[in-house]
Amino acid sequence: MFPFTAVVGQEELKLALIACAIDPSIGGVLAFGDRGTGKSTIVRSLAALLPPIQVAEGDPYNLPPAPATATPKTTKSAKAPAAPRAIKVPVPVVDLPLGATEDRIVGALDLERALTQGIKTFEPGLLARANRGFLYIDEVNLLEDHLVDLLLDVAASGENVVEREGLSIRHPARFVLIGSGNPEEGELRPQLLDRFGLSVEVRTPTDLPTRIEVVKRRDAYERDPAGFTEKWDKETAKLRARIAKAQAHLGEVESDDALLEIAARLCQQLGTDGLRAELTLLRVARAVAAYAGAKKVTVAHLRELAPAALRHRLRRDPLDEASASSRVERAIQELLGS
Amino acid sequence: MTSPAPVAAQSPALIAALLAVDPARLGGVVLIGPHSAARDAAIEQLLAPWPATSPRRRLPITTTDDRLLGGLDLTATLAAGRPVLDKGVLHASNGGVVIVPMAERMPALMASRLAAALDDGKIRLERDGVSAALPARIALIALDEARDDEAGLAPAMKERLAFHLELSSLMPVRDWPPAADAGSIALARERLANIRMPESHLAALSEAALACGIDSLRAPLMAVSAARALAALEGADEVDADHIAQAAALVFSHRATRLPQAQPAEPEAPESPEDAQADPPPEYAQNEADDKTPETTADETERLLEAVRAALPPGLLAALAAGATRARQRGAEGRAGARQRSASHGRSLGATRMNSRGGRVHILATLREAAPRQALRRSLQGTPGKLRITRDDLRVHRFESRRSLVTVFVVDASGSAALHRLAEAKGAVELLLADCYVRRDRVALIAFRGAGAEMLLPPTRALARARRCLAGLPGGGGTPLAAGIDAALEVCARVHRGGDRSAIVLLTDGRANIARDGAPGRERAEADARVSARQLRAAGIPTLLVDTSPRPQAFALALAAEIDGLYLPLPHADARLLNQAVRATAQDGKARA
Repeated sequence: MFPFTAVVGQEELKLALIACAIDPSIGGVLAFGDRGTGKSTIVRSLAALLPPIQVAEGDPYNLPPAPATATPKTTKSAKAPAAPRAIKVPVPVVDLPLGATEDRIVGALDLERALTQGIKTFEPGLLARANRGFLYIDEVNLLEDHLVDLLLDVAASGENVVEREGLSIRHPARFVLIGSGNPEEGELRPQLLDRFGLSVEVRTPTDLPTRIEVVKRRDAYERDPAGFTEKWDKETAKLRARIAKAQAHLGEVESDDALLEIAARLCQQLGTDGLRAELTLLRVARAVAAYAGAKKVTVAHLRELAPAALRHRLRRDPLDEASASSRVERAIQELLGS
Repeated sequence: MTSPAPVAAQSPALIAALLAVDPARLGGVVLIGPHSAARDAAIEQLLAPWPATSPRRRLPITTTDDRLLGGLDLTATLAAGRPVLDKGVLHASNGGVVIVPMAERMPALMASRLAAALDDGKIRLERDGVSAALPARIALIALDEARDDEAGLAPAMKERLAFHLELSSLMPVRDWPPAADAGSIALARERLANIRMPESHLAALSEAALACGIDSLRAPLMAVSAARALAALEGADEVDADHIAQAAALVFSHRATRLPQAQPAEPEAPESPEDAQADPPPEYAQNEADDKTPETTADETERLLEAVRAALPPGLLAALAAGATRARQRGAEGRAGARQRSASHGRSLGATRMNSRGGRVHILATLREAAPRQALRRSLQGTPGKLRITRDDLRVHRFESRRSLVTVFVVDASGSAALHRLAEAKGAVELLLADCYVRRDRVALIAFRGAGAEMLLPPTRALARARRCLAGLPGGGGTPLAAGIDAALEVCARVHRGGDRSAIVLLTDGRANIARDGAPGRERAEADARVSARQLRAAGIPTLLVDTSPRPQAFALALAAEIDGLYLPLPHADARLLNQAVRATAQDGKARA
């Protein structure tokens, strides 16, 4: 897997993903833009980057290990099964494969056991596997509407409810939804856009030195994947530690009312719909502050990902894809100064 | 350096060899041209370097996901009594070549599957109860049979296939050099890993791609791989200037969107072979034209848009599409672009209990219903082995077929449509486009001026592109109205062939002065326009004629009557006229409904 830290440029997308890793409640990232920009590569490399999590071994839902409760001595009977031990695994980054059918996404009757043993059991699907991690949908604008609706509902509620084939199952499904696509292949529905916390425009770099560097690194990786990855191990480890620290200290970051007012004014000026914009702005600002190791959120932290939080929430001319970003930039400049 | 200057491919031999040496990074080749003996010979040459045992498959564009990706093998499952995997065409072709005829008509969904396979070299299967990762390293030969005016291969495909072979520009078949044999390819493959590539060559290729206006970074990467493959075939240890020059010619020439400007002396930067280029792509011509267009101020444009906004009755396109004025639309059934619940075709929505209407049995869902009950049924009936299915277990498919609507905008960009009217027309189109966006239809854009009509945008869902195209449209020249209508008819015919519906929005001031054959003259031009209008009426396509002249033109009105379509004059920003126009149109619409 091409290392996250070896990706040239695409700073906004990288920071957006890191922010979502620090605070999953931000609501996911939609990356749209040109072909051949490495969107998929960056997302898939997250698993190797992020700090590992603790799960109960063999748990299909990646649930954390049961806390060590003081078991009363009386239950030390022969029947008590051993509690599964706790192991560390990489954060699940589940790629929604193209052509996936609903039964594999949501989970369904375990056909094998039904046929061979005649019993009804639930075979968990991709949503179970993505719990506590990320779900990546490539070409989100090509995905069938009813599947998109399903995924958005689960992402919003954090729970997967399965009522099919005589089964009635509920399991946790908290994940960060990441989508990527090329708007030239088809427009994204406005409802879809709004459900993503952040949106990032991904463009191929236009300056020659950057382009040369991208080509050089990609070529070096393809010639010797293991060696190339090893060269970047140190950087990866550093970034991982930084993210882990930010996750740990997120709760301690302070933000004051002045910042809240600025966020509200910004949203008001841009005419964003609803309050989700403000909430996302504040969450993102805190995540950025935690990532920077700061104790208090400043305006600078707010600015960093403000365009990402706002550009897809403007009451806009749906055909005017260029002006959304520039409107946000302009509003930020006016309000916060350049 | 006595080797000849790099030229575009004149026979498939070299491309065939390169592709066989490094299919993973080169992806494949697009073969452009109609079905012919030469094309068959080309395919033969492309396949020759591959070992005889490697798979070769033809992939029809109608292949559905379950055949393409794989899934549950129903027969085997029923026989064995446990789930058995069906591997699908892509995995079956692993390590070989896949040929796709009529590739230009490949549905977007299939293109995305193929693109994923080309990128990752494997399929991740999560379908119908089956979960697997299957290798699918394939080389793709896309047969593009599109005529000049039709949309070609999907961009997602073009991007990933390194090479292009234009059949019409190749030498006669008898002059083709023989293809490389599998033995030399195998040797080259072994050498590939150790070929050295100086960094300066990498930089040169990147720079050349940029100079040709190639945005994607895949292109220089493919050129790098092609250069290495070239060196490997020659038995060289290191890639040299000739190799990168040849690689650039093969990979860049058909992707270039502009001719590179004269670069400062760069000894290693290869020249892009101008002589080998096809007709300059429309984008290039557009860029040039842009420089000559004078611009209105931003304020003026806003004002005009306001005026247009006030004048257009809402839901205009919806009314059009609903066929309010067209009684005899071809194949009219159901609402335009609307979803139709169907029992037999379209996209699957899952399964449901079977009712009296019947339907196609959804075998997997039926299996899932019946499976848990087998133990009970076996114990009741006694005979082991058979799978027992009762009527209650049966589940049928629910399908949804969607016939989409393509709205063709035909814009009069002639000089008589003076600049500010063109801006208003553009504003009108933008608002109508917004309507399309809401219903997720497709649009196509045709402009006519001067000698004839030009298709700016084939039917596309990317409305932002349509808007951009429109914004860059220059004005000037005569008004070949007949040619504009003819072009629209052609597009609609193609859309109908594809199974969708169409509607036309014609924006003109009606001052036709160029006849069909390009000769000037008002009388002949108007006569020709009437003939075209009658053909449009015969085709039964719902049409809206927006009159962009300052005062409603008699001819435009007459033309609308000939077409038997809606007529809407686009008035100046005058409150009284505005009101009248709106009322008139509303009444007109009511009268015809």
